[in-house]
Amino acid sequence: MALENRYFPEDALSSAQHDNYLSIAAEPEYYRDWDDGRQSFTFVPFVRIDQYDDERTHADIRELEWIKAAAEHEWRIGVRKVFWGVTEFQHLVDIINQTDAVENVDGEDKLGQPMINFALIKEWGTLDLFALVGFRERTFPGEEGRFRTTPPVDPDQSDFESSAEKDHIDLAIRWSRALGDWDIGVYHFSGTSRDPRFTIGIADGAPVLVPFYDQIDQTGIDVQATKGNWLWKLEAIRRSGQGDSFAAATGGFEYTFVRVAESDIDMGILSEYLFDDRDEDALTPFEDDLALGVRLTFNDAQSTELLFGVIADLDDDARVWGLEASRRLQESWKLSVEARVFSDIPAEDFFLFGLRDDDFIQVQLARFF
Amino acid sequence: MKRLLPLLLILVPLSSIAETPEEKGLAIAIEADRRDRGWHDQTTDLIMILKNKHGQESRRQIRTRAMEVENDGDKSLTIFDEPRDVKGTALLSFSHKVANDDQWLYLPALKRVKRIASANKSGAFMGSEFAYEDVSSQEVEKYTYKYLRDESLDGQPTFVVERYPVSKYSGYTRQVTWIDQAEYRVLKVDYYDRKNAALKTLTFKRYQQYLDQYWRAHEMYMINHQTGKSTLLQWSNFKFKTGLTSRDFDKNSLKRVR
Repeated sequence: MALENRYFPEDALSSAQHDNYLSIAAEPEYYRDWDDGRQSFTFVPFVRIDQYDDERTHADIRELEWIKAAAEHEWRIGVRKVFWGVTEFQHLVDIINQTDAVENVDGEDKLGQPMINFALIKEWGTLDLFALVGFRERTFPGEEGRFRTTPPVDPDQSDFESSAEKDHIDLAIRWSRALGDWDIGVYHFSGTSRDPRFTIGIADGAPVLVPFYDQIDQTGIDVQATKGNWLWKLEAIRRSGQGDSFAAATGGFEYTFVRVAESDIDMGILSEYLFDDRDEDALTPFEDDLALGVRLTFNDAQSTELLFGVIADLDDDARVWGLEASRRLQESWKLSVEARVFSDIPAEDFFLFGLRDDDFIQVQLARFF
Repeated sequence: MKRLLPLLLILVPLSSIAETPEEKGLAIAIEADRRDRGWHDQTTDLIMILKNKHGQESRRQIRTRAMEVENDGDKSLTIFDEPRDVKGTALLSFSHKVANDDQWLYLPALKRVKRIASANKSGAFMGSEFAYEDVSSQEVEKYTYKYLRDESLDGQPTFVVERYPVSKYSGYTRQVTWIDQAEYRVLKVDYYDRKNAALKTLTFKRYQQYLDQYWRAHEMYMINHQTGKSTLLQWSNFKFKTGLTSRDFDKNSLKRVR
């Protein structure tokens, strides 16, 4: 259960938008296991009520799943969340779940995805097979919400390459294993793109952006090498079916200084390079960008953490600055602060240009039960 | 054979006289390790009580599972139940005799398994006074040893053995351990930091024997002399040979545990 306040110091681009948004969210969990823990059932609904944005006021089933584990395989059936990847500044290879984009601009909130997942677990690694039944469309902020494009997106007119539209069954196969200091994953996905392209449409006499979901084939790899205090990370994809085929990658490192200056604080230095060979046509603002970050873990009783970072476009002066910090209060409360600044965003940077006046600071107080 | 016997009788006491403090320290560590072998797997519940120098307390509730691995360090799974904001977080650890341990952390909110840098041995475990290296599996090869003296501790005869971490990532120059002579249980450890200053003292209490062989302390108390902070571990519900296999210690099970 979380109470959140988001404040935008700059005037909004549209008079329909506001400067301060209060919202409240709840994510209860029901969990049962039996058969000596080999079978389990999980139900996690989610609901948010936002002061102004009707699209951000939404509910979702994050998880409704049954798992059955055996010696060499697992069945996982229902609505689930699956994360793939190793890097910190963007999650390129992560494709199973749709982004719940009304929640935050960082793309880390995901909608539950209905699926049948069979995992074969052998000495040579884990082979996961997925049938993803029922496509989830991306959520977009409404007219009164911030973090939106101009004109706003109208998801009611969404269009699909597949005639089956949202009923198209997407398939994925992934092999992964840990090998000494290395963690490796390789996959292929065939189905509806989670990232839409946009066309211009009309709604109530005004222009809107209409999402178009292509059928794509995507091959991806994620690798991490853990060497002493160094983590070396690489994610790469190749996608076809959405315009010209293209490749994209994120790679870099995280180095941790343990117990800085004889305190209990660990300091991590992160750097990643973000690349997309579609260049300016990319469906992402990060096509030739360098990211730098500092992570402080205080290792105190309140689990205080702080992450500060910047993603800098190497082709112009565009910068996205970010700060995330959190601290436990008492035994069951947690205070989180998040801030982002979008600076010197050029008009050509379609995805970030809409956010140029959406610098924000957010304070969230969560109670855990 | 008969002719050899007198020779052996002479050799045995000779060799024990010739044993260096380093050899005797190592021999004690090997014997302690030998006596604790064969438990196969175990599960326990753990309550951690952290206290700062003002006496303010904070509590963590944890479940642990571990299994022995032949010719290598143990595998373990640590599941966090409290504080509630970290509920469902779990740590999978493959310890090795000399090499750095392999560790994966599961973050339930993101459904993400993160391989973490386990060279971070000296970091605090869950904000407590225990470092990761204090709670990870104690393999003989992780230290070199030196026997110091015999000493009576709370009326029990003990060996006092100094040990030196092999890993360059350790937060300690040395540890002084008190091991009881009857059962080879660790009763107390003094930790010395990188500058060789007294840092922490760990005492083990309420030992209980399981399966007629394995001694487990039900209370461990760590006090930090430099900060005045302390951590009390209360162990309960020990179960052995529950049938856990390596499948219960992989990344798939890490995502499943609650």
